[in-house]
Amino acid sequence: MTAAEASPPRPAAAVAVRPPRLPLSDYLRVGALLAISIAAAIGCAALLLSVTGSSPATVFGAMVSGSFGSRVALTATLNHTGPILLVALGALAATRSGLLNIGQEGQISIGALFGVAVGLAVDAPRGITLLLILATAAVAGAIWASLASLLRFTRGGSEVITTLLLNFVGFQVVSFAVNRPWLLQEDLPEGSVLSASPQSNPLPPAGHLPTLAQGPGFRLNSSITLAVGLALVLAFLLARTRWGFELRTVGLNPRAARRSGVSPALVGSGALAISGALAGLAGGVLLTGTAFRVNDGFSNNYGWEGLLAALVAGSVTLAVIPSSLLFGALRAGSGVLAATGVSPTIVGAVQALVVIAVTLPLLYLNRRRLRALLQRTGVSRT
Amino acid sequence: MSGGPASTSAARREVVLGLRSVSKRFGRVVACDDVSLDIGAGEIRGLLGQNGAGKSTLMKIVAGFVRPESGELTIHGKTLGFGDPVVAAERGIAMVHQHFSLVGPMPVWKNVTLSDRGHTRVDRSGVSRQITEVGRRYGLDVDPDAIVDDLSVGERQRVELLKCLRRQPDVLILDEPTSVLTREESTALFRVLRRLARERGQSVVLISHELDEMLEVTDRVTVLRDGRVVSTVESAEASADSLAHEMLGQDFAVSAEVLGLSVEGSHASRGGAGPPPQPNAKPARHKAPVLELSDIKVTSAEGHALLDGVNLEIATGEILGVAGVAGNGQEELTGLLSNLIGPDSGEVRVEGRPIQTGRGRQLGRAGVGVIPADRHDSGCVLEMSVAENLALGSLDGMVRWGVVRQQQLHELGQRLVADFQIITSSLGAPLRSLSGGNQQRVVLARELARKPCVLVAAEPTQGLDIGARGYIWDRLREAAATGTGILLISSDLAEIMALSHRVAVINRGRIIGTMARADVDTAELGRMMGARTHDRG
Repeated sequence: MTAAEASPPRPAAAVAVRPPRLPLSDYLRVGALLAISIAAAIGCAALLLSVTGSSPATVFGAMVSGSFGSRVALTATLNHTGPILLVALGALAATRSGLLNIGQEGQISIGALFGVAVGLAVDAPRGITLLLILATAAVAGAIWASLASLLRFTRGGSEVITTLLLNFVGFQVVSFAVNRPWLLQEDLPEGSVLSASPQSNPLPPAGHLPTLAQGPGFRLNSSITLAVGLALVLAFLLARTRWGFELRTVGLNPRAARRSGVSPALVGSGALAISGALAGLAGGVLLTGTAFRVNDGFSNNYGWEGLLAALVAGSVTLAVIPSSLLFGALRAGSGVLAATGVSPTIVGAVQALVVIAVTLPLLYLNRRRLRALLQRTGVSRT
Repeated sequence: MSGGPASTSAARREVVLGLRSVSKRFGRVVACDDVSLDIGAGEIRGLLGQNGAGKSTLMKIVAGFVRPESGELTIHGKTLGFGDPVVAAERGIAMVHQHFSLVGPMPVWKNVTLSDRGHTRVDRSGVSRQITEVGRRYGLDVDPDAIVDDLSVGERQRVELLKCLRRQPDVLILDEPTSVLTREESTALFRVLRRLARERGQSVVLISHELDEMLEVTDRVTVLRDGRVVSTVESAEASADSLAHEMLGQDFAVSAEVLGLSVEGSHASRGGAGPPPQPNAKPARHKAPVLELSDIKVTSAEGHALLDGVNLEIATGEILGVAGVAGNGQEELTGLLSNLIGPDSGEVRVEGRPIQTGRGRQLGRAGVGVIPADRHDSGCVLEMSVAENLALGSLDGMVRWGVVRQQQLHELGQRLVADFQIITSSLGAPLRSLSGGNQQRVVLARELARKPCVLVAAEPTQGLDIGARGYIWDRLREAAATGTGILLISSDLAEIMALSHRVAVINRGRIIGTMARADVDTAELGRMMGARTHDRG
């Protein structure tokens, strides 16, 4: 290399386009690490469960059978995965542009709120009603998130704080709307008592997501296909289009972006709007796929789980699909678990252990990848 | 302390730092190959070698940042384990890295205490007093309360030095300390180092590829090539020629021209008598200017003028060198033409047309290329691939329906990698995986491939070895020969003298004089650059 730097031009050899793969041994090592860390997580979880008086075997059995054990379980997993994946895609779009949107809970709620309002107001054929609801939800989520970019790019307020705080505003807006008879509160038959948890009227069937499969005790809605489709679209947009190129440049080096004529504010607020739109859409999908109405606490942690799924996926866009599936499965499994009487706090702790166990080996893999590249070009020498 | 006399002779000194048969490989590349080295008390030892010769790796091994495959390290005759920077620091080894490790938004005194261990409370006034005291003793004046971000590069280096000296290390290692410094700042640094060696018996290891400064400051020089020790010589008995020969080996012939320019240039800058080298191409004057700056003013947030009415003109094919002590507006000038800042007043015209700067795509589309002083700042994106970095800012031609055409992206990458001899494992590898010299080539390749009508080259060869430097100079001359107007902003006078057709001097945000290359009187130039007290009225 030293000689080459000063030598006269050599005949041009074609340079490989793709970076070289890691040796197989590295993948085996990551596999082994994954096995070890999952075993360790299960061990810790088992300890936690026996200390708190549950039987680990029963609990793990319930979690596995509750997420993949039957068609009912699998349906629950996939119905959860759809909205989680949508949220994760949005979170990813924002992080790639260097912004951290943590306001998905609020964006989901606002999306669903406006979605249900439109769905209850219009009287149109099935496809059109559904499309209107989903589009409204996405736009509402985008606008909600854009409040944060407005503050960020005109006043310099951190989007991490504003998106987070807008969650609480969003919750209040939803609560306000479903508690006002003249707004969205459920119409109750004369003389009945107001329910403890106020909610909106249910959507008419014209506003329901199409069903992919159904049977006794389960109904698989098409949110998963929509989400996977959008994941492929987003992966393509990020990797191959000018927009994606510029978005990544802004995220990785805003000054280099400005230098090449790209406005970080413009690209960033676009990314945040898309991020909000996808979270809003997730709200719309929850609304039209499983909930059919809006109530207090509608977002129910889907936002946080989607955000986590995106963070676990890291730098590989399509890795959000398996990571969202993991969160969907955990959600379905722990739903069953909660029915067996284990405290939700413990269930949450078990979930978190599994997530950590899966994430650590991935971090290790990323580090190996960078180190391999560095070694190959010998950059560390200077 | 050995109490040795202040002499540069090889008098038997107590060996402070010893390395025995140290070897280190990175993949297939050998960075250090069976290296043995003894550094005596009070000795200033130079480690000379091209980029990639293994100098930095060797010293990172000493400081515990890199663990070698084999070898032994002793300090005061006692063995020291490898691979633990904390232990190395406790045993008296301190290193100032090429890229500073300071926390920008924090004040100096906090930075200095940052790596202190075992304290629960920091005694602010005590530390401040110590900084002032150590600073005064060695001529390293820094205000302990100043925020690091507000300091010049030279001042930041002083902070790094203070950080080390406060612990009274036995061995002080400096990795390319002068690559970011001006001539004056370097001279001041050398004064400090000599004082440390003579008064404290401090052992200093100085990594560099600058021949002149090696001869100027060190007692002995060890030359490394391809990871091996080629020779160790007494500086008093060595010459720039002999050192260059050993450093370059068979590359010597190729680099002789560059070297000649470099050595003569620096002599000239010190007022030497040698005839100044002539730039090879005559500028095509009389043509319309490709770049005009008229009365550009840029004011800092605090309200003082950073650029104070700058007027510049560059003709087609002309190289205009802007000389000046760092921190006199060079950064803002580059920033302005890099689309990073907009002027408060004044106008930038490219080929006669006024251009908006600070935002939008006008500057790039008008054909203004920039090689920034710090490529990591705005020149490249480390986490993106080599191919993407080569296409950064020139996507216009390779996009259809908003989609970047991979075929064209790869063709451009293949072509530039071959043309500019960029060494990379693949086009898809992240830029971070390339060596510094190759990253700089990526920036250079991208900017030149666009055939810019104006190219701003800010410190284009900073931190590069002679071979890489000559290469970049040749490319810049070629670009000028094909009609590109080049604004060369450099704190290296040798570089300015070697390349420029005209030389402008920038001082306190103003161009205080412009002269043709042939009329340059180095003494006068130096005076203009250093005119700290000139009347600004």
